Amino acid sequence: MSSDQMHNDILQVRNLCVDAVPRKGKPFAIVNDISFSVEPGKVVALIGESGSGKTTISLACMAYAKPGCVITSGSVELDGMKMLELNQSEKQLARGVNISYVAQSAAASFNSALTINRQVTEIPVIKNLMSREEAEKKAIELYRQLDLPDPENIGKRYPHQVSGGQLQRLMAAMAMICDPKLLILDEPTTALDVTTQIEVLQAFKNLIHQKNTSAIYVSHDLSVVAQIADDILVLKDGKMVEYGPVEQIVSNAKQDYTRMLIDAAHVMPDTIHPAPVNTKQETPMFEANNITAGYGINHASIVLKDVSLRVNKGETVGVIGESGSGKSTLGRVICGLMSPKIGDLILEGAAIPGALKQRSLEQLQRIQIVFQMADVALNPRHRIQKILQRPLEFYFGMSGQEAKNRVIELLELVELPASFMDRYPRELSGGQKQRVNLARALAAKPDLIICDEITSALDTIVAEAILDLLQDLQDRLGITYIFISHDISTIAKIADTVAVMRLGEVVEYGSTSEILTPPHHEYTELLLDSVPDLHPGWLEKVMAKRLESA
Amino acid sequence: MNITHLILRRLGIGVATVFIVSLLVFVGTEILPGDIAHAILGQGATPELVANIRARLGLDDPAHIRYFRWLGNLITGDLGTSLANGGSIADDIRERAGNTFMLSGITALIAVPLSLLLGLIASTRPGGIVDRIISSTTLALISVPDFLIAVLLVMFFSVYMGWLPSISSLRGGEDIFKIVRALTLPVITLVFTVLAHMTRMTRTAVLNVLASPAIEMAFLKGVPKWRIILLHALPNAIAPIINVIALNLAYLISGIVVIETMFNYTGLGRLMVQGVITRDIPLVQACAMIFCSIYILLNMSADIISIVANPRIRHPK
Amino acid sequence: MTTETKKSAILDLYEDLTPTAILCIFCLVAIVFVSVFAPFIAPFDEAEIISDESFLSAGDESLILGSDYLGRDMLSRIFYGTRVTVYISVTIATLAFFVGSMFGFLAATLGGIYDATLSRVVDALIAFPSIMLAMILVTALGPSIPVLIITIAFIDSTRVYRVARALAMDIIVQDYIEVAKVRGEGYGWIMWHEILPNAFAPLAAEFGIRFTYAILFISALSFLGLGVQPPHADLGALVRENMQGLLYGTGAPIYPALCIAMITISVNLIVDWFLKRSDASLPDEF
Repeated sequence: MSSDQMHNDILQVRNLCVDAVPRKGKPFAIVNDISFSVEPGKVVALIGESGSGKTTISLACMAYAKPGCVITSGSVELDGMKMLELNQSEKQLARGVNISYVAQSAAASFNSALTINRQVTEIPVIKNLMSREEAEKKAIELYRQLDLPDPENIGKRYPHQVSGGQLQRLMAAMAMICDPKLLILDEPTTALDVTTQIEVLQAFKNLIHQKNTSAIYVSHDLSVVAQIADDILVLKDGKMVEYGPVEQIVSNAKQDYTRMLIDAAHVMPDTIHPAPVNTKQETPMFEANNITAGYGINHASIVLKDVSLRVNKGETVGVIGESGSGKSTLGRVICGLMSPKIGDLILEGAAIPGALKQRSLEQLQRIQIVFQMADVALNPRHRIQKILQRPLEFYFGMSGQEAKNRVIELLELVELPASFMDRYPRELSGGQKQRVNLARALAAKPDLIICDEITSALDTIVAEAILDLLQDLQDRLGITYIFISHDISTIAKIADTVAVMRLGEVVEYGSTSEILTPPHHEYTELLLDSVPDLHPGWLEKVMAKRLESA
Repeated sequence: MNITHLILRRLGIGVATVFIVSLLVFVGTEILPGDIAHAILGQGATPELVANIRARLGLDDPAHIRYFRWLGNLITGDLGTSLANGGSIADDIRERAGNTFMLSGITALIAVPLSLLLGLIASTRPGGIVDRIISSTTLALISVPDFLIAVLLVMFFSVYMGWLPSISSLRGGEDIFKIVRALTLPVITLVFTVLAHMTRMTRTAVLNVLASPAIEMAFLKGVPKWRIILLHALPNAIAPIINVIALNLAYLISGIVVIETMFNYTGLGRLMVQGVITRDIPLVQACAMIFCSIYILLNMSADIISIVANPRIRHPK
Repeated sequence: MTTETKKSAILDLYEDLTPTAILCIFCLVAIVFVSVFAPFIAPFDEAEIISDESFLSAGDESLILGSDYLGRDMLSRIFYGTRVTVYISVTIATLAFFVGSMFGFLAATLGGIYDATLSRVVDALIAFPSIMLAMILVTALGPSIPVLIITIAFIDSTRVYRVARALAMDIIVQDYIEVAKVRGEGYGWIMWHEILPNAFAPLAAEFGIRFTYAILFISALSFLGLGVQPPHADLGALVRENMQGLLYGTGAPIYPALCIAMITISVNLIVDWFLKRSDASLPDEF
């Protein structure tokens, strides 16, 4: 890049370093020597897994460090203004006007005590850039540009009165109201359902193009980023891995790490899971027949309506749906945490009671569950050995050396070293914790494992490895899985049969290849279309198709 | 659930609680070994005299009948006669209630705004020098028994300096100057105890609100700090702060009892302590009901204000 | 394995000690020593009248803290008084703690109707200012120490119940509890092995806070003349019986009150230090 061009850049970040200062112990670097620039009207994406420092960098662009962090060196120049050298009140003047921020969770970031308009128009009004009427007019115009329903009145509501996807767009309106030179979007679609995600993404993209705003887009998801960014900066452990235009990164990455990210991205796999070889009629490992269940006294609010499902031994049934589809409730009913109101659960031909307390030890042992959040599924006060040994004691009465040997075996099974026995969960990474969770389920020698979104909270590369491990364990031990996920691309990789759920009902059910090859059920098609493709231009294609069908 | 429904429900719970408390007050004094008749007559009780008094007080009726009779009388303002002096309890209480409300009212008027202010100041810069001074002083104050504060104040202002009286009995008819002199030390003592608790809780409540992502967002969008505290944090802190106030006015109740006794102040608290010492059961029952009802009323008001202040309830989906 | 954990936890505590914490621990050790060995280290018997003169100043007639209103040795009275106060308060706090946390955990673990019933009962009891309940019972039964201990412990246990239940409620929704339930574990195992280890630190702090409340409460009652009765005296009663000394300008009512303050401030500072410390040992998240 020539020095001439550099002069025109909206944002220049040079040699930025940020340290974390723990209350005990020495400070350590979490962002190390980062340099990049944003040209006018361009979108630069910061991409990386958790701990890559991407959010920290984006906040440092606003000269802000989270509590416990400190910007140690480097420079941030926003259109000629040296952000890091401003004093506190100068920083507050620049924020919201010259540079603004859209946070990941709009639901938490809006103040529940003030109306939306009040919050959206606050900055231009208190900084005397517009009168309240002007600001409100501008806000309504932005709401319209962001495709929000009832733009005239939506701002009069309180944050809890609108949906998550709408709030995320309203937050973008709040960020754009002063026409900032630079907009920072920090994982703005991550908390949304897949089908909502692309609508919001499209709204952001349109707005950025219409206003010709420069932006930084922070995300862990390469395929999302490919739709909106011009340049990509790949980060790992606070350091730069690769920096270049989107096309080059996606199709011609130079670094191994970038290629790993691309391979693990949530795109539809080239080959879907092969159809089960063994198709002869045998007793299924598990059947759920006509399950209806709900929460509250006497299942007052029904979340599952007449759901049926079956899975053969050694196979995987995928359950897919968005939030509110009842897919996790189904998992809870099967493992006994919730009794169904109507319906039967049949384990290898024999009915099992709905309530946990009525199940025999053998029935309990044969069905195990693994949860999404690896961190909270392990008791933080127990060492790994105690965690893995308990099912051995509980189901098989094992103790002493015998149990210890089995624990080592289990750790080997999930590809963890035996030395992990003495560790506490907090000393493990997210992926390692999820492996321990899996090992605990395996300790029971179960026939059926319910996997409830077990890869959703993990970084893509780690999630990929867990999926491989699951497949490997199934091949070796003949375990049956019920795999619950919101992500159709993950399901396509692992499931033999798929149940598509929506609002508590199964809308489509069949072998994975049947479900994933046209013709699709309308809703399955919507889900499939919502899986981003790595190639730029995909978003426009899908949105055009949606408009057509609408 | 809509807002009127919630408020009515809370009112209902309040009324129910008063009844439960009245039951406890009644049962508590019913577990007396022997009975009131013995308590009145003391050692010189002959069977005839006991029977006489039992009949007069209606003690031969079953317990539930006596409970409802007592409760009915209580509601209509008939608080019975004192066992100790035979006088009307209602008259005794009327005489002193004003003094107690004056003492607690003045304390609240000083302590509430002052401690909210101190709590806010401490929370704007947590860990700063001002915060540390406020936090450690209040920690020391909540640890100290209230009578130690009173003893030290008396020792300095009454014994050494001779400025203020160590006895604050008001018999009615005193001029304003005398009343002020009598009230100064008790009020200061009570303010100290209430202030300490309230400041600490306000600080915690405001810090909790300031730690929310919504406040970080307001900061990132360039809102000045004073505006964040007053406009963004305070509306969300109203409910917790109101609760803090109600909770601490409750501390005032036990404080009142101790401080009135300490200063020989002619108020309800001291009247009740005297009742306990002379085992004047009707008097203790009446006083307990007054104190408990006020306590319940305070808590109920706090809850109702919290309901009204909650935007999610005020503006349902 | 467990001993190793405990050892390292104690070592951790030791490394984090601040000068304030050390001073407070020293004070508490001294208090415990005095309480346990009062009869051996007190110069005189608590009831023994040493001097014809009441309210001697500190140092007079070689009495370190002077004499009380009857001419007894103030220092010995305080030693014995501390013993009474500490014994009563520890008993109250321990009782309240066990009853409260047990029911709190039970309510959270069993949930449903059990939780609703227990919590309603506690709500009603909390609506009762504790000093009122104590005064009513003293009226009915006279000032009896066992009755007071049981009453105050009972009232206090409702506060502990709320804390324990809230803690357990936060823990019970964690996935590791669900996993234990799916495994088929009973309530006992879940409460003892899954909830307790995670609630231990905040509960320990709560114990300290309950202990100071018990001290302040029993002292206040005795100060009102409704607690410990003569010839015995706890620290609160010592303040009360020597109030007249204020007019003679002696410290007789001040020393026992300061003694109470020393105990409660030490405990509160340690609790404060402990809470800040366990807060700081949480993993820093980035």
